[in-house]
Amino acid sequence: MKTLLKNGRLIDPKNGIDAKRDVLIEEGRIKRVGDTLTDKADTVIDASGKVVCPGLIDMHVHLRQPGYEYKETIETGLRAAAKGGVTAVCPMPNTMPVADRRSDMEFMIGEARRLELINLWPVGAVTLKQEGQELTEFGELRKGGAVALSDDGRPIVDSNIMRRALEYAKKFDMAILAHCQDEGLFCGGCMNEGLVSTRLGLQGIPAEAESVEVARDIQLADLTGGRLHFCHISSRKSLDLIREAKARGSKVTAETCPHYFHLTDEAVLRYNTYAKMNPPLRTAEDVAAVKKAVADGTIDVIATDHAPHAEGEKDAEFDKAPFGIIGLETSLALTLGLVREGVLTLTGLVRMMSQKPAEILKMDRGHLSEGAAADVTVFDPELDWVYEKDKIVSKSKNSPFLGWRLKGRATDVWVAGRCVLRNGELVKHG
Amino acid sequence: MSERAAVESPDKKTAQWTRKDLLSLEELTREEIEHILVTAESFKEVSAREVKKVPALRGKTIANLFFEPSTRTRTSFELAAKRLSADLVNFSSSGSSTSKGETLRDTAKNIEAMNVDTIVMRHSSSGSAEYLARSIRAGVVNAGDGIHEHPTQGLLDIFTIRERKGTLAGVRVCLVGDILHSRVARSNIWGLKKLGAHVTVCGPPTLIPPHIEKLGVEVCYDLNKAVESQDVLNILRIQLERQKGAFFPSIREYAAEYGITRDQLRRAKPDVIVMHPGPINRGVELSSDVADGPNSVILDQVTNGVAVRMAVLYLTTLVER
Repeated sequence: MKTLLKNGRLIDPKNGIDAKRDVLIEEGRIKRVGDTLTDKADTVIDASGKVVCPGLIDMHVHLRQPGYEYKETIETGLRAAAKGGVTAVCPMPNTMPVADRRSDMEFMIGEARRLELINLWPVGAVTLKQEGQELTEFGELRKGGAVALSDDGRPIVDSNIMRRALEYAKKFDMAILAHCQDEGLFCGGCMNEGLVSTRLGLQGIPAEAESVEVARDIQLADLTGGRLHFCHISSRKSLDLIREAKARGSKVTAETCPHYFHLTDEAVLRYNTYAKMNPPLRTAEDVAAVKKAVADGTIDVIATDHAPHAEGEKDAEFDKAPFGIIGLETSLALTLGLVREGVLTLTGLVRMMSQKPAEILKMDRGHLSEGAAADVTVFDPELDWVYEKDKIVSKSKNSPFLGWRLKGRATDVWVAGRCVLRNGELVKHG
Repeated sequence: MSERAAVESPDKKTAQWTRKDLLSLEELTREEIEHILVTAESFKEVSAREVKKVPALRGKTIANLFFEPSTRTRTSFELAAKRLSADLVNFSSSGSSTSKGETLRDTAKNIEAMNVDTIVMRHSSSGSAEYLARSIRAGVVNAGDGIHEHPTQGLLDIFTIRERKGTLAGVRVCLVGDILHSRVARSNIWGLKKLGAHVTVCGPPTLIPPHIEKLGVEVCYDLNKAVESQDVLNILRIQLERQKGAFFPSIREYAAEYGITRDQLRRAKPDVIVMHPGPINRGVELSSDVADGPNSVILDQVTNGVAVRMAVLYLTTLVER
């Protein structure tokens, strides 16, 4: 089975390519990349006007299975990801039960293999039941296929546990993905602390609830030499700390999500539960700081924190609604917004949405070298579309971007040479 | 039209009321607030009659839906509805299906299915009134939503100040106490500012909400300074459980720093009026001699509350939907 992608603009940051190139896929691998390939192929695709890049990797999603299948399943989540141009996702372990054992990793990977959609690279819990008390068996998790470790959704309150996790993970060269939240300052809040929370009478979460913990974790990363990756950074103060740490040579990396560079806490006005997530949307100053950090490399990765919730759960009093929004089908278009704004180049986008996540996860992806696994995303950066609720593939519809006119969309996706998205439509298998 | 004229002689023919809901004072215009106040004036007289009833809302049904304990506000709404000849039913959270896990939306939908015209709701979640109004066709009157707003309390406070001082323009009002957790404070601030009053908030720094000064109020931590120039002191109830959240070390110290006593009042203008939304913690935020003294208008507030709620129920319930 050979597929030839012709006339696309190939963007492959790792190989320093941003040029018109043809790409030949054969037997699940990148067979050849060249100016003009004339090989015979089973399928020839004209990618004129489109970008061809290594498959996008979303290293922060919630697929809800097992335990919360009414919100999302592995199948619906992977389909939503494919629709969004994503070839690999990393589901966080806050399922029910918590994914803290090797068999949990194997279950998720097995499901994904059976579904033949995209890659699922699970994240194992750092502590048993994510309770922050006892470490999980990192080695077993690794053998089961875990690519990283996280207690995402809950902070690791005990600094000594965090220290030991960072140290012990070195043996397996795994990153700890930190959800930074000082529980005392968080104090049961439900939105950013500021003028808007004062007006709405909602319990605020100060930006320092994030940055205080970021400061601690930088110190612990320096102390241990462990690999630390900051999840969903939302505030200027955290970014200042991370920038400074990187300049000093700390081994830390950071991610943000499209909502943190597109929305402020004013999106919460009218008690909009679709604008409720943790960490919360912050101020215009923070949005500007996130963009600056994307531009200057302080932020390495753009992920979604895709967090599906059923309609009835979000249709509630604001303080009672759960945190989180979906993002898999909008992240590419929303990040392309930064490219049009001049914050990011297309190469930068591919680096942050493919190359860097692969590097942090130590997976041999995120590039289209000859011989590499053929995980490929093709997107049309100029395609106009409207994000409509009834077209969402994810099982849940909780997004503050509903009704937005967006620009740019994945048209074709291959995973190990198998086509899962063609002309913007999911390909049916079997 | 001057401020004064707007209050005293509204053009009743052009003043249109279009809201089926009263959710906050933040969303009202100055004209709408004045419209309620003038309507309340005409209703105040009803409660002083031998036969305290007008047929304004005959055939209408109003439901009191209180998810938090309340005697004063619930009773005030109940009397207001009855004096307008509406039928009124009371739901309270204990004994209702909410304690069996029913959602707010379902509870409201069920009440609505019985063809209730207006729901008066108190609920512990900020924004719950707005949420309810979005979810159902019936009118919604917010009787206190979390720490967000308590618009009829704000209106009755403003009504009482205007009754005593003749106007709101330039009147200096100080809200004292727990501003952070006070829905009364937020409604007062919005309403008073719209009518031209000067507003100061005074309380311990831990109980002053972030960026409150951006709403156009002055912030003062020192009660001794704050009382000096005020025309009105509106004393908020301190919730004793706040001590556990480390907002202040003890009730004793709170009373010493922020309690209004006769000594405190000596620093104030002689004609200062003292208000309190009740119920009072006597000897904590307010000493008994002040609460019962000549400057206190606390019981006037209660009386005016019925008139203001009559006006609100009358205006909102008769809006076509």
